[in-house]
Amino acid sequence: MDSLIPLFVIIPLGIAFLIPLTWRLIPGICRFLPSTGMLAMVVIAFFMLFYVGGEAITYKVGGWEPVDNIPIGIHLVADGLSLMMLVIVNIVGMMAGLFSIPYINKYTGENYYYSLFSLMVAGMNGVVMTGDLFNLFVFLEVSVIASYALVAFGSSKDELEASFKYQVLGGIASLLILFSLGMTYWYTGTLNIADVAKVIRTGSEGSTALFIQLFMVVGFGLKAAMIPFHAWLPDAHSSAPSPISAMLSGVLIKAIGVYAILRLFFTMFNITIEISYVITTIGVLSMVIGVLLAIGQWDMKRLLAYHSISQMGYVMTAAGIAMIIIAKGGDRQVAALALAGGLFHMFNHAAFKGLLFLNAGAVEYSTGTRNLKELGGMADLMPVTSFTSMGASLSISGIPPFNGFFSKLIIIIAAVQGRFYFIALLAVIVSIITLASFMKVQRYVFLDKARTPKLADAKEVPFLMCLPMIIMAILCLAMSLMLIPGIRDTFLLNAVNILLSVIY
Amino acid sequence: MKGMTIIVKNVTALLSGLIFLYGCYIVLHGHLTPGGGFAGGIIIAGSFILLVIANGIQYFRLNKEKEESSLFEGAGIFCFLLLATGGLFLAVPVFFKNLLPGGTPGELLSAGIIPVYNIFIGIEVAAALLSIFLAFVIFKTED
Repeated sequence: MDSLIPLFVIIPLGIAFLIPLTWRLIPGICRFLPSTGMLAMVVIAFFMLFYVGGEAITYKVGGWEPVDNIPIGIHLVADGLSLMMLVIVNIVGMMAGLFSIPYINKYTGENYYYSLFSLMVAGMNGVVMTGDLFNLFVFLEVSVIASYALVAFGSSKDELEASFKYQVLGGIASLLILFSLGMTYWYTGTLNIADVAKVIRTGSEGSTALFIQLFMVVGFGLKAAMIPFHAWLPDAHSSAPSPISAMLSGVLIKAIGVYAILRLFFTMFNITIEISYVITTIGVLSMVIGVLLAIGQWDMKRLLAYHSISQMGYVMTAAGIAMIIIAKGGDRQVAALALAGGLFHMFNHAAFKGLLFLNAGAVEYSTGTRNLKELGGMADLMPVTSFTSMGASLSISGIPPFNGFFSKLIIIIAAVQGRFYFIALLAVIVSIITLASFMKVQRYVFLDKARTPKLADAKEVPFLMCLPMIIMAILCLAMSLMLIPGIRDTFLLNAVNILLSVIY
Repeated sequence: MKGMTIIVKNVTALLSGLIFLYGCYIVLHGHLTPGGGFAGGIIIAGSFILLVIANGIQYFRLNKEKEESSLFEGAGIFCFLLLATGGLFLAVPVFFKNLLPGGTPGELLSAGIIPVYNIFIGIEVAAALLSIFLAFVIFKTED
């Protein structure tokens, strides 16, 4: 069982390096390799999720045993939270990989696309699994450098500009993260996350830890595109090829941004009231400003990109509420509820935002435009796209029985129970504005009459593009079932308990 | 770009072989002296880059060469991964296991599997750096 853990890094890396070698011989098989590999990883992750339960398995790379109880070498950790993230990353990756096969045909250099795609997934899997701070940085760079190249894949003027902007801001973020990791090493003398936590929690001085945390908030906040640091996201996510947008918005900003913040802040540092307020403020700002910026957009993918900021704001707000309650010594149940809502919303967002970007890609594939003012009447021409996009829109706007409703409801209930009435009110208002902006998308793209005559030739996309959209739409409904007792314990509460177990 | 004067060309032709050998030395002694796969790979790539700079871009018939260098890059890193995974599938199921016997510290054949890793890293880094350089050169000439 233990030896399955490194497979999450080996499989995508192996595929990434095998594709350039074998592309000339068997291009047909190479196209299916990434999605097949990710299917295998989804199966392994599910298997381990049921096997591991509430515990954490630690895997020592290279077989280096601790010396005097001080861990040396790299540790990989599989617990409820990281396995759940692995499931999400690889499901969305598998769907995007299948969707890419017809979509990316029109570009040159397909082999590089599939290689970079697998590298990006390998980086994300590594970030999610690692128990070592510097290893986290290395895998983070692997995935973001692959994503810089993928954003520029179309290599037209806009895409290169977006990629350049993304690289500059991503470089600054990496620098800040590296600096904070260096500070951590200087302060504690170790890089193993569990060991750092031990040193920091027993240490008396708080100001160094606070300094490190501020750098991490800015660094990982830039990667997660929280509101003062969001400038790169709308360009990068709207210029990338659509399956890549689905990956970036659906899982990358979660795995290397929000997940890293949650993991490090909950398990490594003492939760202080100052940082809790910073995180909550950033979350609320992202939630509100993101949606206000989104509603005025006329480019379909740009609108979706701004909504990613807003929805990630929900997750950060929920985490911030939980942190404030813990720092003030409040009710543990409310903190756990807020955190569960946040994590649940993060998983849900991967499903519906990934689907929405795939829909945008399908519309662009058939019509050649994603300007809302030029589209219209696609519901009759593209029934599958229209139907799945309706499901995703209802889900992101929080309409029952779709998954988005339940996670938003939990976050709002937790905010009310923790007496954050204003935040609860804002969350409701943001949800209503989200509904308004997705009604705009539905009306302008799918329901109205066609605005330009050339749209009459548009056809439904090929089967390999329809299949991922249908599966994701089913997921949008099926993930509501994660709240049923029994299923809830395996998928959600284990993840929450992992984060809270260090504190209580 | 037709290359530089005959003096530069001749000196480069003499030197590049030595630089290549020095790079190999750095790679092979990676577990004994400072340096290793990365530093040695850079030096090996440097010997090729020097030839291209001195003799001009026609020297390698570049388009074909670029394909081959990126093929080497893929092969190098893939072998590295195979070695690391090899530990997982052999007797002791540990990723990145040092399979070979350690030997006496300080001798050339020691440190188990680390020299083998260094060789593949050297191939990978040399091929990658050369690919990047050639990409720039080809881009400049196509412009």
